[in-house]
Amino acid sequence: MDIVDLSRLQFAVTALYHFLFVPLTLGLSILLGIMETVYVMTGKTIWRDLVKFWGTLFGINFAMGVATGITMEFQFGTNWAYYSHYVGDVFGAPLAIEGMMAFFLEATMVGLFFFGWNRMSKLSHLGVTWALAIATNLSALWILIANGWMQYPAGSYFNADTMRMEVSNFMEVLFNPVAQAKFVHTVSAGYVVGSIFVLSISALYLLRGRHKELAKRSMTVAAAFGLASALSVVVLGDESGYTAGLNQKMKIAAVEAMWDTEPAPASFTVFGIPDMKSHTTKLEVKVPYVLGLIATRSSDTEVPGINNLVNLAKIRIKNGIIAYDALAKIKKDRGNTALRQTLKAHVADLGYALLLKRFRSDVQNATPAEIDAAATSTIPNVPVLFWSFRFMVGLGFFFIGLFALAFYLSAKRRLDVSKVFLRVCLWSLPLPWIAAELGWIVAEYGRQPWIIEGVLPTALGVSGTVVGNVLFSLIGFAVFYSSLLVADIYLLTKYINLGPDEVLGHKTEDSIIAAE
Amino acid sequence: MDYELLRLVWWALLGVLLIGLAIFDGFDYGTAILLPFVGRNDIERRQVINSIGPVWEGNQVWLILGGGAIFAAFPPLYAAAFSGFYLAMFLVLASLILRPVGFKFRSKFVGSGFRTMWDYFLFIGGFVPALIFGVAFGNLFVGVPYGFDGDLRFHEEITLFSLLNPFAVLAGLVSVAMLTLHGATWIAYKVDGIAGARAKAVIPYAAVVFFVLFTVAGYWVLHLDGYRITSLIDTNGPSNPTIKTVARVTGGWWANYGAHPLFWLAPLIAYLGAFLAVVTRRWPLAAWVSSALVPLGVIATAGLSLFPFFLPSSSHPDQSLTLWDASSSKLTLGVMLGVTVIFLPIILAYTGWAYKIMAGKVTAAGIESDSHGNY
Repeated sequence: MDIVDLSRLQFAVTALYHFLFVPLTLGLSILLGIMETVYVMTGKTIWRDLVKFWGTLFGINFAMGVATGITMEFQFGTNWAYYSHYVGDVFGAPLAIEGMMAFFLEATMVGLFFFGWNRMSKLSHLGVTWALAIATNLSALWILIANGWMQYPAGSYFNADTMRMEVSNFMEVLFNPVAQAKFVHTVSAGYVVGSIFVLSISALYLLRGRHKELAKRSMTVAAAFGLASALSVVVLGDESGYTAGLNQKMKIAAVEAMWDTEPAPASFTVFGIPDMKSHTTKLEVKVPYVLGLIATRSSDTEVPGINNLVNLAKIRIKNGIIAYDALAKIKKDRGNTALRQTLKAHVADLGYALLLKRFRSDVQNATPAEIDAAATSTIPNVPVLFWSFRFMVGLGFFFIGLFALAFYLSAKRRLDVSKVFLRVCLWSLPLPWIAAELGWIVAEYGRQPWIIEGVLPTALGVSGTVVGNVLFSLIGFAVFYSSLLVADIYLLTKYINLGPDEVLGHKTEDSIIAAE
Repeated sequence: MDYELLRLVWWALLGVLLIGLAIFDGFDYGTAILLPFVGRNDIERRQVINSIGPVWEGNQVWLILGGGAIFAAFPPLYAAAFSGFYLAMFLVLASLILRPVGFKFRSKFVGSGFRTMWDYFLFIGGFVPALIFGVAFGNLFVGVPYGFDGDLRFHEEITLFSLLNPFAVLAGLVSVAMLTLHGATWIAYKVDGIAGARAKAVIPYAAVVFFVLFTVAGYWVLHLDGYRITSLIDTNGPSNPTIKTVARVTGGWWANYGAHPLFWLAPLIAYLGAFLAVVTRRWPLAAWVSSALVPLGVIATAGLSLFPFFLPSSSHPDQSLTLWDASSSKLTLGVMLGVTVIFLPIILAYTGWAYKIMAGKVTAAGIESDSHGNY
């Protein structure tokens, strides 16, 4: 493995680990806010006990989110130095704003949430909890504005004097349609994770016949909130599909394993075995029209296929070579306006010429075979995307069904009647995490070979450090994170088994009701 | 505001953020360094841990914001420093990761063996960042071997061992001494009983060690090669570090002090802070405020002597990163300044409120009354 593979693997490992904790933080923080609101409105202490109990589990998870999050911010610099130089002018700003607007608030409020119960009024504490929840969600907003720009680099231009992308219009970076769609999709997914977590642990208590009052109340909140969130994930996942269709046509085509352009509206492939070598999908089962409608919101716009997009990439690479050549000459003759005009005319395709860097450093002299190879390299891993997407969507619909059923049962006050239902809830515990990680894979692995779509290939973004360093840190993080995850799961399990009475150190109203 | 002024403002803001980091996250590091020594049994150690329990997370954001601000305002510096100091950064990250889990998990484990292990993890989580941040600052004075190619791709020949050169290690120890002092005044202020008293006894020792090391470092700098830009520099020009010339002059890092006598206030503040921390140690809050002056003075001293250099290159001095050729575009600096002007006062306001809510000493009885809730 070379430095690029190792750096990508390290990023994937640390990001996927981090993303085990973030969605639960997003979802649970809002659920805590809802539960504490009920407490303040009704004055019933069982709701305060609920907040404190789920809050304890929230805290264990939050610590892991913070621990793994520090790496994420520093890793751009340590492992993706050229990326940081090339796009820091645009990409750094949302990260810094995330720190100022979200992290400070979140981190200050989380301390008060745990330690402030007896030091402030009920209403102030409720304010703290909601500030925590809002700050958590704001941090998701800013990181997704940054990520949205990687998928759809709006509001920026290439500056030949500084050799990097710079902001031309900050509002376009901020109100990037891809970022908006991703934000709602991702936080909703987080709410589903939080809701399933509460639902499934409550189901465990009901199965064991413990803490029934706490568990039923928790399930009711989780079912209602989860149902709304699961619907939002799917509906706004569709919105992500649409916005991706605007600019990441290759990602859409790869997710659908659609090798050739079909007459509009294109059909949706439910099942198939995509083959990267022959550019075909075996055993296809198709539903007519659906993809065309999702991706283009019209019945007469074509969704281009992979092969057609590769041909388009060839044209853009040839165009990009002209830009690259002009840029190389500008470095030696900075005052030449004719060269700058040439660069300007072709700069939109400069990134495509950089795809050739994998094959040779003097990009201008690329052979037709190298141009073909570079164009083919724009195809991401089709089978992985095809199946990740389908499992994710399948899980999304399953969550809607599960929450709808839970919602119905809670309305009928029959949550604890069916053991089968409770077991399904319990065993569903890992599923939303799987769906969330698959979503990350579709979004980020599907962006390859680009680190910034159409602007900078991933392979060029790495640092100039040595392989040994990255190997060392990769193994270090993997071992370190895994042992922390073991400690995390051990503590969560321990506290779940202890149950609310033990954790809160006093008889909860639940056990008082049960005793009567 | 023109580009030159924006760059200057951001140089100052970077200083503010680093000082914020050293003052706020700094006393957490110092507290963690002292944890195994001033706390001799589980309850004493829990008092020490809980003295920073409610606030350390907010304090750590100074570090995260510092990283984010360097990324946004000085991307070439972020890229060069973070990738150049690769293994040092990894050590910092690894030790910082120990802290959230250390705080949150330690007292949730039963058994003194486990807890003692986490206490030393927390010690590492304070000591290693304090040392390495100091070492990194020391290397700014020494210079590190790196350069750029025509695409402004950064290349370096830095190893962890080359970073641990004698002057840099001394700078690391200055940092450890100053943050230990700052942690000692905090524990003395917040922790009730014997652990607080032990921390109070540490104050004079830490102050003297800081005083000696800081003075030696300042004298040593007189014999180091300083860097100076020798070509005409366009302070409003594009951020490209490859179009200037730089010379090395022995003792050059003292040049700014010769030119601007007011700069001497910075080291004076550092000395004064250490002195006042000792004198006022009977009034713990005053001692803590005094010891906060030390990181302020030390970071200002370093920044003012390096100005306008950020990261001097020992192998390609002409390509050293400076304030004038390592910043973001004018637009980004302007937008980020606007955001900072709005949010920094808000942050300080609610941080102040949080400290007020959590005011008062951490007592043994308080810990025991909510054993699961406290760290």
